[in-house]
Amino acid sequence: MKLAILHELNAERAARRPVILVTDTESGEQRLVKAKDFAKDPLRAELEKQLRAGKSANVEAGGKKLFLNVYAPTAKLVIIGAVHISQALAPLARSLGYDVTVIDPRTAFASPERFPDIPLIAEWPDTALPPLNVDAYTGFVAVTHDPKIDDPALLHAFERNCFYIGALGSRKTHAKRGDRLRAQGAKESDIARIHAPIGLAIGAVSPAEIAVAIMAEITAVLRLPPKEREEAA
Amino acid sequence: MLDRDEDIMKAAEDWQKAGRGVALATVVETWGSAPRPAGSSLVINDEGTFLGSVSGGCVEGAVVTEAMDVIESGKPKMLEFGVADETAWNVGLSCGGTIRVFVEKVG
Repeated sequence: MKLAILHELNAERAARRPVILVTDTESGEQRLVKAKDFAKDPLRAELEKQLRAGKSANVEAGGKKLFLNVYAPTAKLVIIGAVHISQALAPLARSLGYDVTVIDPRTAFASPERFPDIPLIAEWPDTALPPLNVDAYTGFVAVTHDPKIDDPALLHAFERNCFYIGALGSRKTHAKRGDRLRAQGAKESDIARIHAPIGLAIGAVSPAEIAVAIMAEITAVLRLPPKEREEAA
Repeated sequence: MLDRDEDIMKAAEDWQKAGRGVALATVVETWGSAPRPAGSSLVINDEGTFLGSVSGGCVEGAVVTEAMDVIESGKPKMLEFGVADETAWNVGLSCGGTIRVFVEKVG
């Protein structure tokens, strides 16, 4: 591997931008493809498929055996609300490989006793979110049921283009939330991005089951191509 | 991918910049039950220091030896390990899987 390629690979990874290293395993020749350049690459379909799956793989192209090594950033999950659902959601998300952070300004909820070993920030979203570098590899769920806490957090998630945004509440609650966010300048396309009611419709009742429904929906959004995703989530 | 892999690639860059001979070994294919998935890597320097894993410990010793050759020659190599391999008694994978490992020089 040329040092220039290695240097660029490390720089992209530090910036949490996905890349795929393409190696001709016979000649040793290599090139690094950044996610933003996938669309104009001859291996476009394969690159997109492997990145979505987060899996490295071998392909044959133009008579060459190529190894596609996928370097995807570790996905983050930001949970607004240290509520009962979050107590089940945070450890579940962590077991699925997410870097989890729970935010809730209400110190009675955001206590280490309720969230052992989970990074917890007992601050308002306006203070807690900016240092977290919420990005396109971040899933974002707002589950406090309190507009004072959820709404500003959702506005931040829109701005940072999170790959998944979900909010707790019935259709009726969500309609009211839409009105409030619109009044605060949110675009219609942003509001349409919110998954609400949150989670796949699996008939979840208990907090743990709701957590499963939420993580199933997030997984579908992360892993499925757009068309199949619509059918699932 | 895990953060640990990031440290491996960072170590590869740091060691090379510090003037060491460095090789990178990457699992490129697995069959059956292999302990580490494709894309897992091991970085080795010319002092024999290594970081990371391609098999959870079963074949690292052999990979490090081959990596020394690659650092010397500069030519990449493809290694294969598995129970069907004639070296199975020495460095086979006890789990019954087979892996191919691509070893290349860095720099």
